[in-house]
Parts: sequence; structure tokens; C-alpha cells
Amino acid sequence: MKLEISRVVQGCRLGTLTGLGKTGQHSLETPGCLLYTRCASVPHLTQDTLHTLTNLPAVTQVTLATLAEHQEVLEEFKEGARTFAGLHDTVVYCSLHDPAAPSPPGYTTNKTVSVWGSGGRTELTVARFMALQAAVRPDWYQNMADGETGQENTSRKRVRKAVDRTLSHLDECLLLHQKMPELRGAQVWGVVEGGDVREERVRSARETAKRPVAGFVLDGFQSGAMGDDLRTQLLTATTAELPHDKPRLVQGVGRPDEVIACVEAGVDLFESFFPYQVTERGCALCFSFSMETDPEQAVLDSDKEKTIPEDVVQENGSDGGGDGPGKMTRFEMHLRDKRYREDFRPLVSGCPCYCCRHHQRAYVHHLLVTNELLAGVLLMLHNTAHYLGFFRALRRALAQNRLPDLKQQLLQCHQGH
Amino acid sequence: MAAPCGPDVIPGAGQERDTNEMCSKKAASLAPLALRIVAECPVTKARACDLTLPHCVVDTPVFMPVGTQGTLKGITVDQLEDLNCQICLGNTYHLGTRPGPELIDKANGLHGFMGWKRNLLTDSGGFQMVSLVELSEVTEEGVKFCSPYDGKEILLTPEQSIHIQNSLGSDIMMQLDDVVSSTVTGPRVEEAMHRSIRWLDRCIVANKNPDKQNLFAIIQGGLNPELRKACLEEMTKRDVPGFAIGGLSGGEEKDDFWKMVTLSTDYLPRCKPRYLMGVGYAVDLVVCVALGCDMFDCVFPTRTARFGSALVPWGSLQLKTKQFAKDFQPIDADCQCPTCRRHTRAYLHALLKCNTAGMHHVTVHNISYQLTLMRSVRQSIIEKRFPQFVKSFMKRMFPSSDQYPRWAVEALASVNITLD
Repeated sequence: MKLEISRVVQGCRLGTLTGLGKTGQHSLETPGCLLYTRCASVPHLTQDTLHTLTNLPAVTQVTLATLAEHQEVLEEFKEGARTFAGLHDTVVYCSLHDPAAPSPPGYTTNKTVSVWGSGGRTELTVARFMALQAAVRPDWYQNMADGETGQENTSRKRVRKAVDRTLSHLDECLLLHQKMPELRGAQVWGVVEGGDVREERVRSARETAKRPVAGFVLDGFQSGAMGDDLRTQLLTATTAELPHDKPRLVQGVGRPDEVIACVEAGVDLFESFFPYQVTERGCALCFSFSMETDPEQAVLDSDKEKTIPEDVVQENGSDGGGDGPGKMTRFEMHLRDKRYREDFRPLVSGCPCYCCRHHQRAYVHHLLVTNELLAGVLLMLHNTAHYLGFFRALRRALAQNRLPDLKQQLLQCHQGH
Repeated sequence: MAAPCGPDVIPGAGQERDTNEMCSKKAASLAPLALRIVAECPVTKARACDLTLPHCVVDTPVFMPVGTQGTLKGITVDQLEDLNCQICLGNTYHLGTRPGPELIDKANGLHGFMGWKRNLLTDSGGFQMVSLVELSEVTEEGVKFCSPYDGKEILLTPEQSIHIQNSLGSDIMMQLDDVVSSTVTGPRVEEAMHRSIRWLDRCIVANKNPDKQNLFAIIQGGLNPELRKACLEEMTKRDVPGFAIGGLSGGEEKDDFWKMVTLSTDYLPRCKPRYLMGVGYAVDLVVCVALGCDMFDCVFPTRTARFGSALVPWGSLQLKTKQFAKDFQPIDADCQCPTCRRHTRAYLHALLKCNTAGMHHVTVHNISYQLTLMRSVRQSIIEKRFPQFVKSFMKRMFPSSDQYPRWAVEALASVNITLD
């Protein structure tokens, strides 16, 4: 794997990760995102429906949270999660947690962390964690990490402990990695912790950078963990300690405005759980990122569509695993709202996704109010396509020195409510 | 549209039967439907036809998947097309309530609303009213019931049912019939039969689009052969484009069921399609094709899929059970569906726990199973080996011949197939 940075604009890195996968045939443009899955399939989508989308990311994220309970099965299967899930031609990155289903705090010890899947909690030691990775056989995986620094009033001492534990887990993982033939060719990404303590962030970054890791996973910056300014400061301080030639992935950040803020702080990669959360609350991403549409029209559209109904927060349904899909953001439209009952336009006009090419808002609205499964399928297709389109626009904006225009366009979404 | 019957359009058919005189060529030619009999089984009453409907030709015998609320349970219309589905169902009761006929009218009918380019069949709404709504009352005017959404009293008349179905724009509409449970006996059954005939006449008059939408009659009469015959005699006097056999599949004894089916097909005109409502188990499908039925529908294959039950030639697999956790074979190694070409039982077992995609995979497989089964049935009829097909189908489905259901053995014997 090689990261070629073609351009750095005010801290933003435009580049390409090349030589990915065991045969090196894949590449991934940055800033970019991975493909989010649950149990190694994109939620709601079969391979046939998923592949109605073009330009899918070359890297698929699988999570130990959804795979841990299938360890024995994967061990007996022997060919790893990619083949088990029928994914075939993709790079697989294995994370610890499911970013759309945060784990409850209070289950981390000196030697263990816990993940939560459909069958409940699985407690992992480093040995168990590595045995799982050997069963999953990813191309990349993060080391086991203590990320329990997200609560308010987490003490400095606890933060320091999280950094120490994570570094020690990393060393153990790297040691075991060498001994496991199943993981030959796989690469470890080092997790950077440090909560909201700048010195700990810097220490964690520096120490992790000394280890033979392929890239960095920046943990503890998820939406809601801290204010935007603090996050930007800490991220900037962290990335300053990291080598330029290795990619940085931030966990738990998905909102478009927050994505841009992280990119400005030197982040390259994101998870794509955000379109899934939007889907689960019956919403469709509709923010404009083309930078070519008439800005006045964009404002008019956003005025009409993005008023957040008061009942939306209560309507959050969850599909079994993990927490609810969170609060609606200004980047989406609440298609369950009755104003869309007779709206025969596509979700987003000009959107090339399967849903927008074949269906209308009124139909998706109908599917939502009747609780039909196809609602999830169509929204997941649209939201994924829209999100991937946003990342393409972001890279284009960087290439053309037009990031301020893109940011301005996202800001206009504010004016809707 | 070509004349639907007569020797000129039945090149592949066997001997002409004397049922043809029941067809009125002139009037039927107005209907947007043509039935060309491709082949008739020389042994049984089975037949293979090309049923031309406004949106495409349907190869019969055909199983029609049910898309109750304008969607087939998590499957996109493209997936359905890729499975070679030529016709599916929508439910008038559900769609008439949500989103309502006015909205669907504006969306260019149900085809436009759901983005489906092929044929649609809609039911009358009466069945759901009686089965879903406890407080319903049937009068000569129509079915009276309380809306489960707002508690308001609603009256569904034959005219209204057709009005809604005209808005939905389905290729085949069903008359409103007076449905009584197939386990009810006595004067209520006779009353319902006669009323269904009167309601058929009201439906025929109410149809605003006889040139675009086919209205099918529904034969009633419960489990009483005399009432069935009386209903058949009356209804076949009407020039409707097709007939359904109704009032069955409601928990009656299978012995009664198949006798009513075979009696109905004996009296139905040869040149019009015969739709057996609510039938979808594989054995029932194969037997009822032998008894002369062309069209079938049932929610079972798609509903059972959502519980993780995959249909196979030897029964079904309950994929959620532990025994499949480490089973790395496809659902059915001989199945060509997208699910079986890519996924193992073990992966589906895992996926069903945390991702709706698991259900969609099984739904795709089950629809594929039903449609493939009917294509094999059709092919065997065309190739004049339907009786052999039935025998090997039964052999595969049951571990031994002493497990063959008695009713199926008897029903098949009645059309000259003796199972070993």
C-alpha cells in the first residue's frame, strides 16, 4: 500500500492510496470513505441491489462487533469473511466496533474490551481478538484499543490509562500478528487515543507512529464527543505528529460538515455509517454539493424541504442491534412527512442512483408509512450514492481550489430551518 | 388484440374439446386479453398457454407473487424482472386505504406508482375486509366495516371496488365477491353464491376501462358441488375475460378442496384463463395444474422467506436454526438464483440475525423457486411429459411414497396419474 499525496490545501490532503489488497490491484482516492456493512453486507442490500451503484469504494469495512459471534463458523470456513460473505473483489478493513451502534461503557478492563453484536456481548482479550482477526482474514485491521474516554468528566488519569493500554494492546497485536500465517500480507492500523487531553493525544500519536503500522485510526472524535473547535484543535495536534505518507482514518464522524472539518485537520478516510443512520430514520440525504447548480435555487429548495418536523426524534426506529439512528441533521429530508405524499419528483433531481432513476418521493413516502422493507433498500441506495457523490465533490473541490465554495454550499443547508 | 380462442390460434393444442362453444368470440375480442393454448397434456387436464395481457405475455401455468402494498417485500422491481416475473399482485384493500386511489391515479396507476412495467392483478378488497376486519357486515349493497385506521364506518360496494381498481389500472381486476369461510355450511353459502353473481353483474357495469382492464369473475359455492355448478353455470354465461376459483384455501379439508377445483375446471370454458386463488404450496400447485388451473397466487413463499424459510425441491430449510450455522452449501446447489449462486446457508444464517438483506436473499430465492417450478411444469406440458414430471416431483418432495398426501394421490389419480 502506498499513499500518494498530490496536493495539500490548507491542511487538506488530496491523494490516492494505491496497491491495495493482497494482489495490489485496488486503489482508493482520499479524502474518501469505506463501505459500511453489518455482518459484512451493506444494510438492506443484496449484492445485486448494491451493484446498481457505480464507483463503490474499493475498501469494505467489516466490524468485529457483528462478526465475533460467528468466530467458530469463520474458523471452520477457513477462507475469511470476504469469501464467507460473497464479497470477492474488495479490500476488507476490520474494525473493532460498529460505528452505528456504540458500545455501552463500563466493560473495558486492563486486559479486555467488549463488543456488542446481535447475540449480546463478547469479551475480547488480545489473544481472542487476534484469533478473530485470523478467522476474519482482513487486508487491514485496527489493533485492539481502549476507547472508553468519550464520557463527560473522564479524568486525565483514565485518559492516560486508555493511551497506555492501547499502546500495549498494539504491541501485543503486532507480536502475535507475526506468528499468524492467516494474517500474512495483512496490515495493522494503529489506534490513536487520548480523549480530550491534548498532551495524551500527542503522546498517543507519537508512540503509535513509532510502531510498524500501515495507517492510523483516530478514535474518540465521534460526533457529540466534544465541541467542533476542540475536535479540530486536537485533530490538528494529532495529525501533526503522524508521518505524511500514511493514511489517517477517523472513527465515528459522518456528517458532511464534520467530515470537511476533519479533512481540514489532516484526516484522509472516513467510515460510511452516516447514510445508514439517515436511512434508519426514514430520511434521504438531499444536500447540494455540485457547486454547479444555481445557488439561489439551492436555497429555495432547502427552504422548502429541510424543515425538521418536531416528531422526528421520537420516530427513530432501530433494527435490532445497537442504539437508535440518532437525530436528524440539516442534510436530509424526512420523507415520512406528509408533505411528500403527493410529491412525484425523484428524491434528488439529477441523482443517478437506482431509487432516483426509478421512483418518486411519493412512493418512498408510502413505503415508509406502511413500514415496507423496500423503503430501507431504496433509501440505503440513495443515501449511499449521495454520500459517495459528496466525497467525489469534496475531492474535486480540493483539486480545483474550491473548498470554500463547497463549504458555503453546505452552510446554506442551515437556512432551511 | 387477436381473438382469444378458436382453432386458428391454438396450433399446439391437442384434440379440440367441446368446451369452445362457451366462448363468444365477438364479445371476448373486446377484452384486452388473449389466451393461446400452446399445449394440452394428453393425460391430465394440464395446459400450457400464452396469456397476452396489456403489459406483456404471461407464460402459464404461472405463479404470481403478492406485492400487497405496491411493493414486493424488499425486492426491487428490477430484481423481480430479472427473475422473469411477468405478473404480480397488488391488494385493493391496502392500496385503497393507503395511499388511496386518487393518489395512485395521479401517479399513472399502480404501474407508475411502483415503477413496474409488467402486468398487475388486483383483488377486490373483499377478502381482506372479511379476514382482517373483525367487525364487518355484508349486505346486498356491499361490505360494511370499520376502518382499522380511524374507526369510521366504510361501505365497500362492487362499484367502489371496481372504481378503485380502475384507478389502480391493473391488467386483471377481480370482481367483489361475497366471501364466506370455506368451513361455513348451510344457507349462508348459497346466499353468498347468488350474491356474488349479482355483484359480478354490477362490477361488469361499473368497469370504466373494459378495453384496458380485464375483469375476472370468481366462482363461489363453498364446498357444495351443486352450488358450485350453479355458480359456474350462471357466471360462464357472462362474457368475462377470465375466471377465478374462489372460496377455497381457507382451512377446508384437502379432499374437499381438490374436488371443488376439478369440478370448476370441468365447467370452465377452455379458451379462458383459470385462476385458483390463494394457492402457493408446491404440491398444491403441481396437483392443481394437473386439474386444469393456469394461474395461482399466495403470500406464503414471500412471507415464509422473512422467517428464514427457504423453499427447496425436497421441502424447506429453516435457515435460522443452528444446524445451518456451519453449512457451507448454497440453499439448493441446482438453483440458479442470485442468492444460490453467491451465498451459503451458513452466511444467510448469520446475516438473518442482523441485516434485513438476509431476508431479501431468501425472498429472492423463494420467488425464483416458485417461478422456476412453474416454468418446469410448463416445459413438461409442452414436451408431453407432464405425468412423468409430476411423478419425479413427488419423489423428490417426499422421502417415501407412503408419505404422499392421500388427497394428492387421489386428485392425481382422478386425472390418470398413478403414483408409484
